[in-house]
Amino acid sequence: MKALVWHGKEDIRCDTVTDPEIQDPRDAIIKVTSCAICGSDLHLFHNFIPGMLPGDIMGHETMGEVVEVGSGVDGKLKKGDRIVVPFTIICGECDQCKRGNFSVCETTNRKRHLADKVFGHTTAGLFGYTHLTGGYPGGQAEYLRVPYADATHIKVPPGIPDEQLLFLSDIFPTGWQAAVQCDIEPTDTVAIWGCGPVGQMAIRSAILLGANQVIAIDCLPERLSMAEAGGATTINFETESVVERLNDLTDGRGPEKCIDCVGMESHVMASLPDTLLDRAKQMVMAESDRPHVLREMIYVCRPGGIISVPGVYSGLSDMLPMGAFMNKGLTMRTGQTHVNRWTDDLLRRIEEGEIDPSFVITHTVPLEQGPEMYQVFRDKRDSCVKVVLRP
Amino acid sequence: MFHFSNIVRTKGDPKIVEGGPSLKRPEDQLARALGWFSIGLGVVEFFAPRRVTETLGMEGHETMVRAFGVREILAGIMSLSVDKNAGLWARVGGDGLDAAALLSGLTADNPKKGNIALALLMVGGIAMLDYRAAQDTRPRRPPREARRKLYPNRSGFPKGIESVRTAARQIAAPADNEVKQGDERRVP
Repeated sequence: MKALVWHGKEDIRCDTVTDPEIQDPRDAIIKVTSCAICGSDLHLFHNFIPGMLPGDIMGHETMGEVVEVGSGVDGKLKKGDRIVVPFTIICGECDQCKRGNFSVCETTNRKRHLADKVFGHTTAGLFGYTHLTGGYPGGQAEYLRVPYADATHIKVPPGIPDEQLLFLSDIFPTGWQAAVQCDIEPTDTVAIWGCGPVGQMAIRSAILLGANQVIAIDCLPERLSMAEAGGATTINFETESVVERLNDLTDGRGPEKCIDCVGMESHVMASLPDTLLDRAKQMVMAESDRPHVLREMIYVCRPGGIISVPGVYSGLSDMLPMGAFMNKGLTMRTGQTHVNRWTDDLLRRIEEGEIDPSFVITHTVPLEQGPEMYQVFRDKRDSCVKVVLRP
Repeated sequence: MFHFSNIVRTKGDPKIVEGGPSLKRPEDQLARALGWFSIGLGVVEFFAPRRVTETLGMEGHETMVRAFGVREILAGIMSLSVDKNAGLWARVGGDGLDAAALLSGLTADNPKKGNIALALLMVGGIAMLDYRAAQDTRPRRPPREARRKLYPNRSGFPKGIESVRTAARQIAAPADNEVKQGDERRVP
């Protein structure tokens, strides 16, 4: 089969690989009908997250049709079922899964000895996302083996196009969880850094959850226009001061809730010296993350407020203003997304026409064009916001 | 490389049968080669500065050579990073410093001036490659003033934003009332 394969930094190729096989009774194989390139795939593209090996298949936003099931799937899936595959692999049986903390499932990371060493404790296995999280082949391919398939799936009905459902795999629940973690109240201002795909979903989620005001921060006109279309007031950080504007828009109080949809590769600008220093340190491997957004959020958030971090950080961040964080009594909530905790509700909202996540798609191309689209997406060429691949 | 990584791959996981084309350009390969060359040269300069100064007849400048070694290593690491362009321009600047330092040693009484002339020739050649690679690896991001598509009609709310906001307000209203009633009960 064809698959997008990681060969090294900035080197993803469309290779021919062997087909996946059932390895465990709880496995299923799906024929992929749609998959997408996620912003966090770019961290792997840039080799900023350790643990990728040449030959690893990329992709963790995938849906398709079940073509084979293992004997232990227990009738929960059958051939022909249409499923969206959550990016977190879950067993559904461990203590964390029972608590709904699916992204920290204690069972599914088959290389947990690595995660135990790096993170202190293992997290869930993830598709196409380094050997720290299991080294599972990803879904940017024609076929995908879904481990623990009896639990790791979202069954979706026929009649709704792939484009509306695909993002249940990651970015929609990720943006949703980011907003839910904020405990949004009707008087709240929610500020969202980054108007990429997760940022766009977080904006819509904050609106759905009843925020009084949503403010979106980015520098790309196409993304800001999309944010505005979703109901946000926008700030272009290249032309205006984020802190001043946020204070203006909140009568000097600062936003009650702040969401970081940027993560470890924040924009580098000469007018923001900390970003230059972070970049230099990242280049010589003296720091793994560029946490400018975290610093700015801590500085500007209203005392007693909540900071929600769905953006990906991989390792060590320097110079976080912990004094301000502590003295302002802020709360930080973060984590990979507990996808299955939210998807029943989100699927219902899609079915009822409350939201249509396909608004974010700007490019749909065959799988073979994937390597090129990684570059287009990374370079923000052609006003690219979200790429869907069709195997 | 994937042949080696296939050794640790779990049995049954897909393995590469036939590799597809790489989008790496020749200038990317050149940047990589220059990056490793820079690190190699830097290591020599840092750990064996006396060998370098003796070869060039510039004894007494070991500290400068060692500093140049650190500069070469940093520029090399930058050239191998995602921001290779910055690393390559740093190398171009470094080539200028190298040339200036070599010229300062090109005096009539230096018995090794032939070696310095040779080193200058090499620095010139490498500088041309550095400059070429720096030019060719400029970021391909569109300029800020480039015309871009905008998406003003992509709300994502098929029933409109106002409908969503109204629904959210309706859900919030009973919850507010419950809180108020609870607060009243707590008032002494």
